[in-house]
Amino acid sequence: MADWLSREEAKRLADRVLGYSRAEGCQVNLASGLSGNTRSAVDGVSTSGEVRDTAVTVASRFGKRSASVSTNLLGNAALRRAVETSEQLARLAPENPEQMPLLESQRYAEVPALARATVELDAEARAEAVGVTHGACVRAGLRGAGFIHRSVGATAVANSAGLFAYHSASEVSHTLSVRTPAGDGAGWAGTAHSDWARSRAPAALAERAIARALQSRGAKPLEPGQYTVVLEPTAVANLLGLLAWSLDARAADEGRSFFSRRGGGNRIGEKVVDERVTILSDPAEPELLQGPFTPEGEPIGRTVWIENGVVRNLAYNRFWAGKQGVAPRPQGGGIRMSGTDATLDQLIAQVDRGLLVTRFWYIRSVDPRTITHTGLTRDGVLLIEHGKVARAVQNFRFNESPVTMLRNLVALGAPERVTSSESGGLGGTAMVVPPIVTREFNFTSVSEAV
Amino acid sequence: MSADRREFLKTGAAVLAALGLSRPGIRPPPDVDPNIRELCQRALDVARSAGAGYADIRVIRRRSQSVSTREHQFVGASDSESFGFGVRVLAQGAWGFAASRELTRDEVTRMAQAAVAQARSNRRAMTRPVVLAPTPPVKDGRWRSPIEIDPFTVPIDDKVALMLRANGEALKVAGARYVSSSMVFVLEDKTFASTDDIFTVQQVYRCLPELTVTAVDPSTGDFQTRYSAEVAPMGLGYEWVRKADFPGRAPLWAEEAVRKLTAKPVEPGRYDLVLEPHHLFLTIHESIAHPTELDRALGYEANYAGTSFCAPPEMMLKQLRYGPDFMQIQCDRSQPGSLSACGWDDDGVAPETYPLIQNGILVDYQTTRDQVEWIRPITGRTRSHGCSYAASWSDVQFQRMPNISLLPGEQDLTAEDLIAATDRGIYITGHGSYSIDQQRYNFQFGGQAFYEIRGGKIAGMLKDVAYQARTIDFWNSMDMLGGKRSYEMNGTFYDGKGQPGQSNAVSHGCVPARFRGVNVLNTGADRG
Repeated sequence: MADWLSREEAKRLADRVLGYSRAEGCQVNLASGLSGNTRSAVDGVSTSGEVRDTAVTVASRFGKRSASVSTNLLGNAALRRAVETSEQLARLAPENPEQMPLLESQRYAEVPALARATVELDAEARAEAVGVTHGACVRAGLRGAGFIHRSVGATAVANSAGLFAYHSASEVSHTLSVRTPAGDGAGWAGTAHSDWARSRAPAALAERAIARALQSRGAKPLEPGQYTVVLEPTAVANLLGLLAWSLDARAADEGRSFFSRRGGGNRIGEKVVDERVTILSDPAEPELLQGPFTPEGEPIGRTVWIENGVVRNLAYNRFWAGKQGVAPRPQGGGIRMSGTDATLDQLIAQVDRGLLVTRFWYIRSVDPRTITHTGLTRDGVLLIEHGKVARAVQNFRFNESPVTMLRNLVALGAPERVTSSESGGLGGTAMVVPPIVTREFNFTSVSEAV
Repeated sequence: MSADRREFLKTGAAVLAALGLSRPGIRPPPDVDPNIRELCQRALDVARSAGAGYADIRVIRRRSQSVSTREHQFVGASDSESFGFGVRVLAQGAWGFAASRELTRDEVTRMAQAAVAQARSNRRAMTRPVVLAPTPPVKDGRWRSPIEIDPFTVPIDDKVALMLRANGEALKVAGARYVSSSMVFVLEDKTFASTDDIFTVQQVYRCLPELTVTAVDPSTGDFQTRYSAEVAPMGLGYEWVRKADFPGRAPLWAEEAVRKLTAKPVEPGRYDLVLEPHHLFLTIHESIAHPTELDRALGYEANYAGTSFCAPPEMMLKQLRYGPDFMQIQCDRSQPGSLSACGWDDDGVAPETYPLIQNGILVDYQTTRDQVEWIRPITGRTRSHGCSYAASWSDVQFQRMPNISLLPGEQDLTAEDLIAATDRGIYITGHGSYSIDQQRYNFQFGGQAFYEIRGGKIAGMLKDVAYQARTIDFWNSMDMLGGKRSYEMNGTFYDGKGQPGQSNAVSHGCVPARFRGVNVLNTGADRG
């Protein structure tokens, strides 16, 4: 076996597992691949790693009873044992009245997400990239800390009702934090894509992070309160992701969500944010290129969640869709938000007095009824006066909701693919979002952290 | 600090008695697999002959099981097993790491060689070579968590029945609409070998039982939840789940969720806070344990977890006043039943029990073998404190926090005594929402239940409470501390750090404490 399973190998492995099944139904999920990472800090490369793995998850079912077992031991005896254990657990498990039948064979969108440049980004190539960013930081008299995370591999799902789905993909993210030696300035830049050749180049990434670190030096505190803010795309994604995860019909219908209608039901059809906001998912979108099926093998297509500020769709799992008499609609496929052609500088030029925010950090839920979260700004907050960056200010803690952020929208810029996860690595929702200007953004206290 | 207090956490009997358990370490130590031992030696030999000055290998079988329910129904069960090995080498002063799921002679050879090649590539993009602190050899180390009942031997239907009984008890409370509960069990079977003549086999168990009740008021659309924060995740077996008595406690949690619906919204302002251990442990975790990680303080985690206000070390050690004279914070991986307990860390070092904050002053950091050299000129210390950990065979080990605990006060006080001594304050139970900046200066914490204190008495329930403070201001505002009788251990099962993110489980022991004049927000009004 190469570093990950081909379609044929995945099919053979899945069939081998299904062949051991004595249950009424069986589903097999496969994930195989090579993941590599290189970290850098004060002295250049700090650690790195290269990992080969293939995991098999078997879910057996008897009527409404089911249980799953996963293993990365692929010998016949180990796989047989995994199947038997899942059957044993499933027989013991109580009935799940919400369990849906296994899906039969489905059709999926073709998503060409395996890029050669990402496949070739091995430990040596990553060390070279660190050489570029670290060198730029040293020349600027600054300290960089970076992370390159690359994965290449395949996922597959098969079941005893005849379904088989396979998707191979590569993904890479590169993030870089830059700090001044005195600790009085910090900047950050990030990039993510399925194709290393289409993500921001190491030299350009370093240039951006270095510039922000230098701009953010000597920050002074500003009174907390409500400010007009220009949010860079990463900052928008940090908050927009919270809204995207709330797009669940069941939580809304059960009165547990912002999308619950007072008195019962949900808010599909209601205008909830500014009419310039459209939010959609589409795995085949060239800047997203996400897997076109759920772990159950349900196809993921294009879904418009919010169109011109109006809620058009919420996610329905198969059980809830059946109960409500609507078509199932899974989440997944990344997030793309509408925008314009305006650059970040053009947005800044529109603001008489406001704050430019690089990104947010340590975001935690405060009130799910309003999707209000708390968190902090990080890696550069700059005061804008009369359409220009005037000076650096200290970081703030915010208590704010992405809904309010999009209701109070002033302007949008050009969308770009960002690293939306706070960890800077792979694994967050793939997001293409614009920089925005929004007013009355709620900062509750100052943080002297740099 | 009295010797009595210092010794308190070292005595397993005291801790287990506090947990209501009495039979530590009744199971025999784990066995050694001769095939694994031979392949470990093979990896070390190949790495050395390829040019590594140091090498280690971890072979790990990690098993985990989770079972979840909601209301009167089973939701799901899963069992997972992941097996593999990771070879870490130091060549020319640079680290390299390669890992694979196939533990065969060929693959071990390939990975050891790949790790050395990687280290050589890395060396070209780094300036200062890694130096490892010495550590004594361990010929044949064996260690096992002090469990009584192996959770993987308990039938799944027993687990489901227990949770459904708890859910049922919660739903008997009028107004309680939803309840979800789950159990997670983890077993790490770990063999470690290094070229420093260390060979250890360890079996580490952990468990996380949880329950959350949601009460809904359909007339207003308001809903409130209550989480089982008093039941800590522990490095124990199924005996801990049974002892936790979820069916007995669920109605109390449900009643509090319902009462929160009509609780008085808090008036923002400054209050004295009386914090229970099942709340305060998280404040310790975020505002003491994280900022004293040495890699963070020196900028190695700047790109994700962040840096620390406890820097640079030469201006902080023995100088930074973290809190009052009676504040003693101790690092300890030997507490029986604690989440980070082990015999040897992932560098093969036997962890030390040592003070982090002594009489209110910062006196040390958390270290691994490759970090000791960074501060040796300041501390004079030549050995690691034993804080190395990797979340799996496929992750490279690095510095993770040990159990970090607030030691009890001299007087034998309880939370009731602290409340009785408070004129105007808020009593907070259970951990809730939390957020802290990347240098750990500014934080905000919610909780599970909030009660107004007036004239030394509980005067009714509050809701939408969160407090915001600067770390150093907050800890220096601490003026009362519970005694040994009120000591409890709680912890976090999924503490994140590192890139790629790794999860660590860690306990924090503490007593109830009082803090003066802390800024309290109303999170329900005007977005806080």
